[in-house]
Amino acid sequence: MNVTVPPGSLPNTPQPAEWPEGALTRVPYWIYQSPEITALEQQNLFEGPVWNFLCLEAEVAKPGDYRVTFVGAMPVVVARDFDDEIYAFENRCAHRGALIALDTGGHARDFTCVYHAWNYDLKGNLKAVAFEDGVNGKGGMGKTFCRADHGPRKLRIALFCGLVFGSLSDDVPPIEEYLGEEVASRIKRVLHKPVVVTGRYTQMLPNNWKLYFENVKDTYHASLLHTFFTTFRINRLSQRGGMVVSPDGGSHASFSFIDHKSQQNEYAAMGIRSDNEDFALKDKSLLDNADEFNDGCHMQILTVFPNFVLQQIQNALAVRQILPKAQMQTALNWTTFGFADDTPDMTKRRLRQNNLAGPAGYVSMEDGAVGGFVQRGIAAASGERAVIEMGGSSTANEGTRATEASVRGFWKRYRGLMGI
Amino acid sequence: MTGAITTERILALQAAYIRCIDSDALEAWPDLFTDECLYVVTTAENHRLGYQSGIIYADTKGMLVDRVAALRKANVYEKQSYRHIVGLPHIIKNSGSEAEAETPFLVARIMHDGETSIFATGVYLDTYRAAGVDLKFARRLAVCDSSRVDTLMALPL
Repeated sequence: MNVTVPPGSLPNTPQPAEWPEGALTRVPYWIYQSPEITALEQQNLFEGPVWNFLCLEAEVAKPGDYRVTFVGAMPVVVARDFDDEIYAFENRCAHRGALIALDTGGHARDFTCVYHAWNYDLKGNLKAVAFEDGVNGKGGMGKTFCRADHGPRKLRIALFCGLVFGSLSDDVPPIEEYLGEEVASRIKRVLHKPVVVTGRYTQMLPNNWKLYFENVKDTYHASLLHTFFTTFRINRLSQRGGMVVSPDGGSHASFSFIDHKSQQNEYAAMGIRSDNEDFALKDKSLLDNADEFNDGCHMQILTVFPNFVLQQIQNALAVRQILPKAQMQTALNWTTFGFADDTPDMTKRRLRQNNLAGPAGYVSMEDGAVGGFVQRGIAAASGERAVIEMGGSSTANEGTRATEASVRGFWKRYRGLMGI
Repeated sequence: MTGAITTERILALQAAYIRCIDSDALEAWPDLFTDECLYVVTTAENHRLGYQSGIIYADTKGMLVDRVAALRKANVYEKQSYRHIVGLPHIIKNSGSEAEAETPFLVARIMHDGETSIFATGVYLDTYRAAGVDLKFARRLAVCDSSRVDTLMALPL
């Protein structure tokens, strides 16, 4: 019999604690609770051989545009330089470690740290040190000081369909290989033309970041927790749909096709709360779905390991960036968007349908709280484990969404990187 | 002039509005708006940048009715209530039949276990329209100062 050891009880350095038996179908609760795990995640995972989503290309559209974001806990500046290339570097002055950029984004020719006025170009190169040669022949930097030897860590950049990804690793595979063919094609399906940002907000989740990432990958819960969907038959497990998981397990896409005619009785027979047939909308324009991708797929939720979500719920489009902020606090950054060639009707449709998602979203508000329900529920259960066995024990692609294959895929990828 | 918009009538509508939400009488909330209306919860940053997308967006009274119906029948959230504290309206213009005002708000959220927090602060950007004895919101933008929402936004602001 295996014994689980909460890493919090181990000495100083993070140590791989034994995973409970059952491989990918069991997840020990200490994984959401341990500060050592959080430190190891920063090192092995976020700064490891992964592509972290940073921002949209549209958010750094012009030379000089920049956005401030994070790779796990690491503050990062993403900027488009005057060579029209996008660069990203740690938002940390090489001198004393202060933030280089203090706001959330904007337009700049260069950056100057406010503390001692060390100056950086848009690539993150240290260009000037205040009083480098001293004042009146006194003071100044030592003779051996070389600016080129000092600077914040730089990220590699990968652009894919208008998404900007960054990596600290030299070993991360090229982005298309990383995504896998199927997930890549499902990103291309949505992001096939220039986007325009229509809104941004942050939802603070009272739980460990992994609980949210699992939630997005969990197709099993969607029609059970989110009753708005099932009431209007937007998302029933028995509808035609499916899921693809990237070869490494870390990324996925789930999708479904609308079927107004089908009469499903599974929910009613089971007496499940989410079957509320007498519920009708006063203003049905919310459900006025345009088949804008010409494939009948009305919903696609896609993740890229470790922190990215692409959402198509009818015509409500958004990207979400998942950032760990503390052991039990996660920032979920939403960016809603449309396309540059949207008609006024399509713009209006998206504004209305955006009610479906976000912190007040008809089909997503519950996700803001459910991770907290888990986090609170497991408060005294670090030695216990979750059961993730729906659809068996594999991470293979399946023609159904009554499976937890993509959640198991996450753990396969996660454990591989973490060495636990 | 009978039926003209006065500050007193604006104050009365504001008081009715927050009472509706804070006392869990949400069913009466849509009736405080004209049939064609705009109710948006957004952030100061989005508003400044001209981003139209809202955290909540309703451009018909029907959508407000649906929002209440969803909260009652479909959505799942822990029992909670708000306490709105609303400041003085700054009347920008008043034609007698239509008026615009800005009113600061502070909303505390009280969870079922007693945890109380400042959930949102911001300013209502309002357009009021008079129809006989009725005064209603033709437009109410709840512009939150912060871009962060804690956990979820179930009840409207």
